[in-house]
Amino acid sequence: MTSERLESAPAQVKGTVLTVRRVDAYYAMTLIAPEVAARFRPGQFVAVAVGGPETSMLLRRAFSIHQVRPDHGGTVEFVFAIAGPGTRWLSERRTRDTLDVAGPLGRAFPVPRDPVNALLVGGGYGSAPLFALGDRLRGRGCTVDYLLGAASADRVFGALTARRSGRSAVITTEDGSLGARGQVTDLLAQVIHEARTDVIYACGPMGMLRAVTVLAGRYGIPVQALVEESMACGTGVCMTCVLPVVGEDGVTRMVRSCVDGPVFRGDLVRWDDVGTIPFDALGAPGWKPRPPATPQPAARPQAGGRQPGSKAGRVRSRRPRAGPAAGRSGRGR
Amino acid sequence: MELPNPILTASGCAGAGRELSQFFDVAKIGAVVTKSVMLAPRSGRPTPRMAETPSGMLNSIGLQGPGIDAFLRRDLPWLLARGARAVVSIAGSTVDEYAELAARLSDASGVTAVEVNISCPNVEDRGQVFACDPGASAAVIEVVRARVRYDIPVFAKLSPDVTDIVAIAGACVAAGADGLSMINTLLGMAIDTTTLRPVLAGVTGGLSGPAIRPVAVRCIWQVHEAFPDIPIIGMGGVRTGRDALELMLAGAATVSVGTAIFHDPSACPRIVRELEEELASRGIERAADVVGLAHEPGRLTGQRRTGSAP
Repeated sequence: MTSERLESAPAQVKGTVLTVRRVDAYYAMTLIAPEVAARFRPGQFVAVAVGGPETSMLLRRAFSIHQVRPDHGGTVEFVFAIAGPGTRWLSERRTRDTLDVAGPLGRAFPVPRDPVNALLVGGGYGSAPLFALGDRLRGRGCTVDYLLGAASADRVFGALTARRSGRSAVITTEDGSLGARGQVTDLLAQVIHEARTDVIYACGPMGMLRAVTVLAGRYGIPVQALVEESMACGTGVCMTCVLPVVGEDGVTRMVRSCVDGPVFRGDLVRWDDVGTIPFDALGAPGWKPRPPATPQPAARPQAGGRQPGSKAGRVRSRRPRAGPAAGRSGRGR
Repeated sequence: MELPNPILTASGCAGAGRELSQFFDVAKIGAVVTKSVMLAPRSGRPTPRMAETPSGMLNSIGLQGPGIDAFLRRDLPWLLARGARAVVSIAGSTVDEYAELAARLSDASGVTAVEVNISCPNVEDRGQVFACDPGASAAVIEVVRARVRYDIPVFAKLSPDVTDIVAIAGACVAAGADGLSMINTLLGMAIDTTTLRPVLAGVTGGLSGPAIRPVAVRCIWQVHEAFPDIPIIGMGGVRTGRDALELMLAGAATVSVGTAIFHDPSACPRIVRELEEELASRGIERAADVVGLAHEPGRLTGQRRTGSAP
């Protein structure tokens, strides 16, 4: 997949709340927002202003788009958990309330040119953006399998949809209340073998994305990961949502997950260095420009072919890790 | 500065205009004040870099940026091609770095003004922030003013974290600043009561947003009173046209909008409209007529004060 932007520019609109409903441990909000719905590609997100016009909560809350539908001119649905005052306010909205929403934002999941066996791996409400992707992949002749995991049954999102629309659907819960007991990585190798997976799309907590990438890498399977970084604006101006990603030139940069992501090639994200500035990152303290390395053909997540498990020259950061990240690095709070 | 309207983006809140241009025409606001650029590319600080606070936020971005080469090659030409006016913010760790940046900008065409971000640690003086010391501030402003082309105004961006902002302002003016920008952020921090640790990886960060607007108004008031002929770019928690009017009444000739952009990407053109409405409803024809008006009792009457909160 090339790095050109195929997505259209986002819109900023007043969306009208159609429904807010409880779905087990989560909430699903459906907004009438035709301009956002029309531009949507799977993997993109919306940034929503919360608290009302006089609010003291100034930062937007970002949510991956679960699905869009043509009803009412175009609706957008996203899934969230209550993690703080902003999401609590959202959960209290009712039909006909209006919300300032910007979107769709971010880079969508790249889709392969040729039909492949795609495995969609979701953790918690991270599975929400995968279903629209699954539809799109099936429309292009791909086989879609699902592997969803969460702490408990009420935290798995979309198990029924996965079973209905996927060729196969494997569910794991850490407490064993639904599906197999354990984490998605416990069954990943087995699913990959049985499904003859060519490419993995993953969304969920950062630890899960890292583990999936490492494991898939052993089999030479490319991973497209939708990362979860705290955002303030969602539009690319505040510079808070950065993480270290290796570029095509081999140079690590602190890139914004809202404009350069939220979807990244898993093998290019320096998962272990999230929350630090790797000493070899562009512009890190003491960084000096290196002469360019011998040009390599840029590895791409080609359909149907296995790319060699590229290590992208992972360098261990010598910087002490910064203090533990605030308990949640969630997109919405 | 000749601007079509007095509303600018605040440095650090609008990149170099590209992202916001998806939401509105950047040529329609007074100017884009670009994120502070340094000589070399800069990675910024580790995450978490922000925390939401009541009516505001803390940031510890750490001046992440592409460096002056990429800025001049890519960012500035893009802005100018869109017909926007560019006020370029520069930041350095030594006086020499500021001088070099000033010289580089002087060669570039199309720069409306230079805003000198002196809220940076001076590595040659125990990491003391330039803006907290009159002598250090003056040293930077002097070399910048000397190297920037004569027809490009130089604004010194002041920090509120000082005992006497008028003294800093005076030092900058004496060193040749054509104008003053204020205020930068206030130093603050937050502690996460779940993890029991500082929220920011950098521990402390800059506080911005409506919570600091009264500090901005106070600083602008004090500096304008001391230097009524020095143009001020005022900023700090402006969210509406009414807020912009308040800062102008205190003495700001133009107003930058920062944190509000995170809440509302269209904040700047909205505030341009709202300010026009605020002025029109008071029968005021030109925004320039209200600059510093609060210092002159009885000139124009607005709403009668009732003595109770709205």
